[in-house]
Amino acid sequence: MKKPSLVLPLLLSAALLHAGPALAVTSATTEQQAAHVLNRLGYGPRPGDIDVVAGMGVRRYIDSQLDPASLALPAALQARLDGLDTVNRPAGAVLGEFVAARKEVRDEAEDAKARRRQVNERISRDTANACLVRALESPRQLEEVMVDFWFNHFNVFSGKGDDRALIASYERDAIRPYAMGNFRDLLGATAKHPAMLYYLDNVQSSAAGIKANGKPAGLNENYARELMELHTLGADAGYSQQDVTELARMLTGWTYDQRRLIQDNETFRFDARRHDKGAKTWLGRAVAPDGQREGEQALDVLAVHPATAQHISYQLAQYFVQDAPPPALVERMARSWQDSHGDIRTVLRTMFYSAEFMAPSAMRAKFKTPYRYVLSAARASATPVANLQPLLAAMNQLGMPLYGCQTPDGYKNTESAWLNPDALSRRIAFASTLASSKGPLAAPPDPGQLETTLGGTVSGRTRDIVASHPAPLRTAMLLGSPDFMQY
Amino acid sequence: MQRRSFLNALSASAALVLPLGRSAWAATSVDARPTKNKLVVVMLRGAVDGLNVVAPVGDANYARLRPTIGLGLPGADNGAIDLDGYFGLHPALGALMPLWQQKKLAFVHASGSPDPTRSHFDAQDYMESATPGRKNTQDGWMNRMVGQLPGEPGASRALSIGAVMPRILSGPAAAMNLPNGASGVKATVLDRPDVGAAFDQLYAGDSRVARVYADGKTAHREVMSALESREMQAADNGAPLPNGFPDDAARLAQLMRNDPKIQLAFVALGGWDTHASQGGATGQLANRLAPLAQGLAVLAQRLGPLFDDTTIVVMSEFGRTARENGNGGTDHGHGNAMWVLGGGVAGGRVLGEWAGVGDAALNEGRDLPVTTDFRSVLAEIAEKHLRMGDKQLVRLFPALPQKGPGFTVLRV
Repeated sequence: MKKPSLVLPLLLSAALLHAGPALAVTSATTEQQAAHVLNRLGYGPRPGDIDVVAGMGVRRYIDSQLDPASLALPAALQARLDGLDTVNRPAGAVLGEFVAARKEVRDEAEDAKARRRQVNERISRDTANACLVRALESPRQLEEVMVDFWFNHFNVFSGKGDDRALIASYERDAIRPYAMGNFRDLLGATAKHPAMLYYLDNVQSSAAGIKANGKPAGLNENYARELMELHTLGADAGYSQQDVTELARMLTGWTYDQRRLIQDNETFRFDARRHDKGAKTWLGRAVAPDGQREGEQALDVLAVHPATAQHISYQLAQYFVQDAPPPALVERMARSWQDSHGDIRTVLRTMFYSAEFMAPSAMRAKFKTPYRYVLSAARASATPVANLQPLLAAMNQLGMPLYGCQTPDGYKNTESAWLNPDALSRRIAFASTLASSKGPLAAPPDPGQLETTLGGTVSGRTRDIVASHPAPLRTAMLLGSPDFMQY
Repeated sequence: MQRRSFLNALSASAALVLPLGRSAWAATSVDARPTKNKLVVVMLRGAVDGLNVVAPVGDANYARLRPTIGLGLPGADNGAIDLDGYFGLHPALGALMPLWQQKKLAFVHASGSPDPTRSHFDAQDYMESATPGRKNTQDGWMNRMVGQLPGEPGASRALSIGAVMPRILSGPAAAMNLPNGASGVKATVLDRPDVGAAFDQLYAGDSRVARVYADGKTAHREVMSALESREMQAADNGAPLPNGFPDDAARLAQLMRNDPKIQLAFVALGGWDTHASQGGATGQLANRLAPLAQGLAVLAQRLGPLFDDTTIVVMSEFGRTARENGNGGTDHGHGNAMWVLGGGVAGGRVLGEWAGVGDAALNEGRDLPVTTDFRSVLAEIAEKHLRMGDKQLVRLFPALPQKGPGFTVLRV
């Protein structure tokens, strides 16, 4: 596609004035690179963002994003987050309220049902609003993107029992603090969080023959299987069903007690009574009985296993670079993983600094997921979104409800998963709603301003077609254009 | 070239009378004549517990393996519905019994993918690509099937109901997808002439996204016109149905009746991964099975005379452990039961090589072996029902083992 001739002179001057440290050899302009990093390290440009990033230099932007603590949250955003009750309370407190509302309903009274619905809705709304408001307004865009990446990687489903009440804590306590830290910490935090323990059933996995709460309990392989297949090694790593069973035995007793969680916010406990005390053989190594340490050592092994480095490097490169990532890049990232013992920031740096990431062929090579499509449209439209419900509704309609992926593999981020006839017409319908004065935006964006915001990511051809149509249609056309589906 | 054994039998002469029954299908199978016949595939994602769908209640081991979740003998409280004196149907599937009695429903037990994986994602991928063990297959087998189907190509020949285009229908051939629920068949903003014309211009050309847009437009037009007689249909067919699968099944039947171009349809249903508290005659699994049976019965009924030209296959990526686990659930297993419904089905039978659920008969001591490759059932349907020739069959199911099952599912 052609570049818009209008912007070119501007770009050139920007490139000359602000030539930062040389990235990889590339033929992309600084403005194109700025749009690219805004789209990939974040959820797309807001008004003026492309100029700011081009001005500070793309490399400096990447470095600042890799160090989110250096970027202060705006006071308005912080105030909005502070007002969301659920995301500021301990896991046990939210769960306690959720469970109490559920218990009251047992007598089938209508007011108890209404109260339960209210509690559930508030918990879900607060959790979702915190996520969206950060994605829309946080200057720490890469942190938000990495939280999304890891949430899908370690997916839990809000519709499964207690997890509705635990999602906010899961994201806040198990994912966000480690999103760019060491992978072993992230792995351990997810393994021990009640949302994961409940979702993949490890909460009830026990040595054979043990009774728990009066009910006979036994081994449950669900978490052990996904821990190796999805969270670390990958399905092709060559382990066997026996390895799954043995790992499940090593992890027996990793659980939480709902009562203690609610009363004392005890989010994890190792229940030695439920632990399988026999000897195990896992991945070809003998495992001597050692209680909780058996599981900890398994996580140690998995976190730095070469197959894990390869598997997650591939997933990161697919998410950030292109659907079929260049094998040489994945290889270098996997080596970074090994050399740094699973330091996520180091692996990200290898990727973002690579020639492959900044190659013109990687730019706009990805098709937006519904989540990203909705967020990027709202970000590009200058007005703040007071009511986030229409955005959540759009994600539902587009097949990607927030926290609503039922399967542990999380949502896919590839074109083949999301590009289909119905999706396009629904996105166009959403674009039309955003552009309408009756939509969720107080004032729909002006099409001229929107074109400036999006810069060179809108082709000259699309600009010409948009310009030939009456003004009321133009904003919807830009947000519904093929150009805006890609990033 | 790989050929199935029942094809080999006729290789000498296309006119040879086969021992398997009337030879009408055999004579037409070697050339690919257009057909109006239809195939609907329902995929149960998450691995449904086939041993509680078609339960071997006549095997004493069954009750021993499943002391709390096993179904009772027919006639007992919470018992299974008798099928053939040995197998019993889950009582929540009672809506399917009329089809069983009319011999339009068969099950192929201990069937599935030869690949040993117990990963949902790999196993579903293999079932949708129909190339077990090979992950690099780009397209799904139903997409290859649309591409190979004799007759006029078109965007609405294959339809999926669900939020996203499933792997099984992904690939170069055009296919459409409609979201679940009534919203899939409503007018859109693109039906406004000025808006439609504006976006037509933006999406002109031959890029992939432009082709998908054009397919969507064609399919939407056809679907809207197929539903024009909607109100009359509703009056014909009685009360509105609850949301969920029965509702989608009713809509699918209506679309298929009104748009003869639709020949392949796919629906996926989730919620079958019952690791804990799956229940027996009632409970979690029963609550999922009941709307499934109701939906299939509605589909059969509302297709009306078209049901005679339709084959419906229900399949799931693998079965579950024969033994219940410590949490009143079942874990990932291997063989499962395929369900086949339709006017041409030689039904009223539980097919497949079956050795019981005694310890020695179990695969790896834990689950059903796969004695029938799911692809051989699909290949028979492709050949007899959709008139695929040899060349098409080889493209559809590459590397399908030569040995076919010792039975046929279809009557013709």
